[in-house]
Amino acid sequence: MNKIGLIIAREYITRVRKKSFILMTFLGPVLFAALMILPGMLTTMEDTDKSTIAVVEQDSYGRPLPDSLQFFRDVIPDKENMKFVYLNNMRLQDVLKTYDADAYDGILFLSQDIISAGRETSVDFYYRKPPSLGMELHISKSLEKHIFDNKLIVNKIPVNAIQSFETKVNLKRIDWKNWQKGGEDATDIKRFLGYICGFLIYLFIFMFGAQVMRGVLEEKTSRIIEVIISSVKPFQLMLGKIIGIGLTGLTQFLAWIILTFAIAGITQQVFMPGSIKAVTEQAAPGNVMDAGTHTVQSFDSPQTESAIRDVFRQLRQVNFALVIGAFIFFFIGGYILYGSLFAAIGAASDNETDTQQFMFPISIPLIVGLLVMINTFLNPSGKLAVWFSIIPFTSPIVMMARIPFGVPPVGQILASVLLLILTFLFTTWLAAKIYRTGILMYGKKTSYREMWKWIRYKN
Amino acid sequence: MPETEFFSVRNVVKRYSSNIALDHVTMGIPEGSIYGLLGPNGAGKTTLLRIINQITAPDEGELFFKGKKFTSADISRIGYLPEERGLYRKMKVGEQTVYLARLKGMSRNEALAKLKYWFEKFEMQAWWNKKVEELSKGMQQKVQFIVTILHQPELLIFDEPFSGFDPINTNLLKNEILNLKRQGSTILFSTHDMGSVEELCDHITLINKSKTILEGNVQEIRMRHKSNLFEIGFTGDPAAVLQTLNGDFEQVDLVAEQGMHVIKVRADHRFSGNDILKRILPVAGIASFNEVIPSMNEVFIRVVESQHN
Repeated sequence: MNKIGLIIAREYITRVRKKSFILMTFLGPVLFAALMILPGMLTTMEDTDKSTIAVVEQDSYGRPLPDSLQFFRDVIPDKENMKFVYLNNMRLQDVLKTYDADAYDGILFLSQDIISAGRETSVDFYYRKPPSLGMELHISKSLEKHIFDNKLIVNKIPVNAIQSFETKVNLKRIDWKNWQKGGEDATDIKRFLGYICGFLIYLFIFMFGAQVMRGVLEEKTSRIIEVIISSVKPFQLMLGKIIGIGLTGLTQFLAWIILTFAIAGITQQVFMPGSIKAVTEQAAPGNVMDAGTHTVQSFDSPQTESAIRDVFRQLRQVNFALVIGAFIFFFIGGYILYGSLFAAIGAASDNETDTQQFMFPISIPLIVGLLVMINTFLNPSGKLAVWFSIIPFTSPIVMMARIPFGVPPVGQILASVLLLILTFLFTTWLAAKIYRTGILMYGKKTSYREMWKWIRYKN
Repeated sequence: MPETEFFSVRNVVKRYSSNIALDHVTMGIPEGSIYGLLGPNGAGKTTLLRIINQITAPDEGELFFKGKKFTSADISRIGYLPEERGLYRKMKVGEQTVYLARLKGMSRNEALAKLKYWFEKFEMQAWWNKKVEELSKGMQQKVQFIVTILHQPELLIFDEPFSGFDPINTNLLKNEILNLKRQGSTILFSTHDMGSVEELCDHITLINKSKTILEGNVQEIRMRHKSNLFEIGFTGDPAAVLQTLNGDFEQVDLVAEQGMHVIKVRADHRFSGNDILKRILPVAGIASFNEVIPSMNEVFIRVVESQHN
């Protein structure tokens, strides 16, 4: 036991002291924060190039129109990065020919008959550089509004009256189980949390599992392995390595989580008080769908404040003790399961290239877990999610995505936990058998048949 | 055997699925001796050493340490320098040696004190804070040697200790091995270098194709493998000498050097050295006469090859 302690300490200390570890500890949160903030930032940020767009309007017979007869004159307002030039009495053909003159970045061609178009129509936009999403939205919204207002006038409906006809309907989700307590749910934030948890576990298993493998390979290629196992049992060495690296991982992730929230919090407070809403919307695709169909979303302050209040109210509904507890358990369980298999791969290989053939079958369940997790996050109680959160090879990722969402039935959690424990005990036992023979084998490419033999060796 | 058996291997069998690596091997290492484990490549030497180091377990057979059954608690009484040896390349020499010593059960302070002694002895203090990858191969070997003997094990096991060492370090190592013997350690080592066997070993075991084919005291073995070969230095007419020996003795070699002729003659079982002398005395002046005792190298080749035939 004391020897395992020594091994754990060495594995942990040598890794935590590495420059790359320290660098990653500080860089990781910056990347994470960027991932969280960037989508919000992108929607509020337009590209800085200023484009000049020529607007050519013709009547329904294709004839050019003077200023005075144009329906769409000055309908699309200029913005910081786009300027619209309304041409007087110009034919599209003639404007198109001026390509080499370089006067315009694009041409918007409008045929007057779109003013009375039915439910859907289209206009041509000639570009040098494809228009940004922002520009496309700006042009179509402006045209839509003008056509809409014009139809109101034609039909003699007062414009301000129509606004009171319009009603936006949102679905308020109420957790039936808690209906007596008012039962307001926090689906969006829980989805987001589940997604983050599942993804972190996936990342952790892959990153640190690979480190176990590389650590074993290092001992093999440097030929120190035999020196060490003449002092300790191969199983002790393997276990010490897995635990030591696991602790390194926990340390890093803990640091990441703390730093990520610190950085994200500070950044949002200082630079972009509005982006929390964008983040929560990004996390919940259901909401993105209905955002901005009628009015362009703006980050006006009253809306933003209530959005922030929403987030905090929702956060209070998350059972953090359970989430963190489950996170640590599934973190460790999944890591030991895969870490032991990675150790076996390292022992059976002579160099990194050799590991490829064995990496493949181990990566597959992990990737399946990630894919199912993405599905889970849309439908957390679906059959797929339930089964994959019980099957041990995918359960750490999938169950972790389900738990923040609302506690799954106790039976399912117990089954998942129990199976995971049994499986990691089994894989560790199996890996130990491959490990203790593999570490002493040099210069031979190992086949699966060979490994099967190793597993059956008595000692 | 008059000496007490310090470490014994009894009827050890080790099978791998398709072949047998050790077939009822028995070996007794006397206390305070240097014991050589010899054999061609693939004979099973490393497997036996791994079994003694408890890296692998035998399928059959038993091991005894000072008459008591060998257990996992005894592992810290052994120091092992494997043939495939290395160090963590990125780790500093000092930290690494302390770590390896502690894995052998030493306390931190004990390890530091002993390391200080050895690092001073080998003039290696300047390496303490260097990473292993910054050291030359010879330097690394010295570090490995120190790690092996640091915890003052009762039994030291060296697998091919001289491979990869330059002559200076080989000598240093040989002297240290003899020193350790003088201080009471028992040493088991495997090697292909028969010169060092004659120089260092008291006893040997020769393993070939998983079986023990030769065992015993080095001098005894050499004497046992005498082949009635004699070397005679004489002055006079070589033709006359050949004439008188002809028919009954086999002439192996005849050279002339420094005004003298040296002939090697093999006698068959009917004759002794005295018979040769009797024949030559009348025809030539005898300058030297001795029986040729085979080197371990010759014994090794002869025994192994006779097995193949």
